[in-house]
Amino acid sequence: MSVAKDAALLVGAPRSNVRGKPGRIGTDEVIGQTRPLLAVENLTKHFALKGGLLNRTKAVVQAVDDVSFNVQTGETLGIVGESGCGKSTTARLLMHLIPPDIGSIVFDGLVVGAADGGLSHRDLHRQMQMVFQESYASLNPRLPVAMSIAFGPFVHGLAKPAALKRAMKLLEAVGLDPILFANRYPHELSGGQRQRINIARALALEPRIVILDEAVSALDKSVEAQVLNLLVDLKAQFDLTYVFISHDLNVVRYISDRVMVMYLGKVAEIGPVEHLYRDPQHPYTQALLSAMPSMDPRRRTLKAPLAGDPPNPISPPSGCRFRTRCPFAEAVCETAPPALMAPPGEELRAVACHMRVPGSGHSRAATVVSA
Amino acid sequence: MVDVAVLPADSAAAFKRAQQGKSYWRRVWERLRDDKVTLAVIGVLVMLLIMVVFAPWFTMHDPYTGSVLRRLKPVGTPGHWLGTDEVGRDLWARMVFGGRLSLLAGVMPVFLALLIGGFLGVAAGYVGGLVNSAIMRLTDVLYAFPSILLAIAITGILGSGLQNTILALTISFIPPIIRISESVTTQVRHLDFVEAARASGAGPLTIMRYHILNNMLGPILVYATSLISVCIILAAGLSFLGLGVTPPSAEWGLMLNNLRQALWVSPLVAALPGVMIFITSMCFNLMSDGLRQAMDVRL
Repeated sequence: MSVAKDAALLVGAPRSNVRGKPGRIGTDEVIGQTRPLLAVENLTKHFALKGGLLNRTKAVVQAVDDVSFNVQTGETLGIVGESGCGKSTTARLLMHLIPPDIGSIVFDGLVVGAADGGLSHRDLHRQMQMVFQESYASLNPRLPVAMSIAFGPFVHGLAKPAALKRAMKLLEAVGLDPILFANRYPHELSGGQRQRINIARALALEPRIVILDEAVSALDKSVEAQVLNLLVDLKAQFDLTYVFISHDLNVVRYISDRVMVMYLGKVAEIGPVEHLYRDPQHPYTQALLSAMPSMDPRRRTLKAPLAGDPPNPISPPSGCRFRTRCPFAEAVCETAPPALMAPPGEELRAVACHMRVPGSGHSRAATVVSA
Repeated sequence: MVDVAVLPADSAAAFKRAQQGKSYWRRVWERLRDDKVTLAVIGVLVMLLIMVVFAPWFTMHDPYTGSVLRRLKPVGTPGHWLGTDEVGRDLWARMVFGGRLSLLAGVMPVFLALLIGGFLGVAAGYVGGLVNSAIMRLTDVLYAFPSILLAIAITGILGSGLQNTILALTISFIPPIIRISESVTTQVRHLDFVEAARASGAGPLTIMRYHILNNMLGPILVYATSLISVCIILAAGLSFLGLGVTPPSAEWGLMLNNLRQALWVSPLVAALPGVMIFITSMCFNLMSDGLRQAMDVRL
């Protein structure tokens, strides 16, 4: 049976129909750019910490707060930040594994979860898949790996033999011999092999966008490199778009086209990878990049770029969330949260810092061009 | 549409192998095959089952007709190789027929409790929140009573008899089964593979069927087989106390109770029903241990 026939067996709307659905917003051309594959606006998720006798809300963790970004078709958007900055929550919100408090996700012009004519969550899952960080926990220990891969297509209506057949091809695609690996259980595989299985599983529904949540972070360096190369190959082979979440700045630089820096649930800076790495505009990005280990012993990092831990997201600082650790913090940073705006002369980038907004009231606002 | 990698020639063979591939249960069976003790124990239990089901073929005597002339004959009496009880009924016949009720009262409550408790436990664990609190707090109420006390109380209220015994034992076994299945489900449902299953668009029932149940079944089956021996003893205990099966029915616990008076006259005969209870529950316990080892895939 051909691949095309396999795909036709999947219930739900094939891609060509999705495009023609009503309820789509925006036009194909948005200010000189093509319509983004994924448009996220004002995404917010606050977790209530409950406790006490009456289960009252004691505090609110502002895990993701007013995050907006776009992902263009075919690009890789890297998301970096310290642990606890809301990277993984963002991923889970995108996949709708947890519902957002506020905010909209628009996939290919269709509002996700909209009541009339939008993209249902089930359809979203066919278009968007995710690879989790923990390769072992994300595979059912009681299922042979081929079954784990075949599960998604099976759920979406493909008969079991056809779904298994697709799993075989995907095993092949991720560089694992189906004859040797199809019937193995997760505990019989190495971490790198398991992560390949997870990637195959994510690809089983033929998604257009794959969210990689620290997908290579738990692997050895050599295995990590192999899996990264595999991801690059698969991207070309399957016309994929990636959202690549990582704390490893080198890996993000290698794989990403654009990078988004998050701090305490907010976007600090977003821009093309080379611009951002060459000329970071936000003080946090600058600190983050200077913390990257240098390969050259003569250029070792001499003093810690930032002291202390990020503040508690339960009660984040007023105004700019970074101001408590920012060497340039002034009075204005305390009062007004900086908006994410394109700095003068750089249309492709956006920075949330008062220093980059002329006339914001920050003493460096007008004078500083580039740090 | 995205094109998947080219299909190599031998991939069809691989596909076939995957379909005929060893399932989890097949691997369990392979491991079990090497475990001689567990196999022997299962053999004994199967023999017991056959004996009980085809009871009339295993004895020439009627378990209910006694004879005043042949009371309390010792083991090895011609015609009654295990002797006779206090009203002269053939003990072997009563043992064989008694096994019917004893095994039924031992297995049935566990089976029913497994169905009810397993369902409630998975529901509590998967849904969480208020449903979990409601089910688990009710379970705690039942947990407050020792199971034998609970069973005695229930049969005390409902009256004696086989059905009430089974009902009482079922109720007293539901709480531990709920608790185990709830804890396993709660553990599993927060793992990434359940998230990944949700991310592939599967509904709660599909996830429970394919991802929760197969992770829960191992531990819960092992626990249930160990409960069977407890259940047989409890059922025998209820009969012994006069709350279970009523005379003249043959049931091991009841037989033990009746033969108690003959303990000084014919100690071996009086102890035999107890020996049967011991052997059966021992076998179930050993089987549960063997299953536990065979089902641990990570060994």
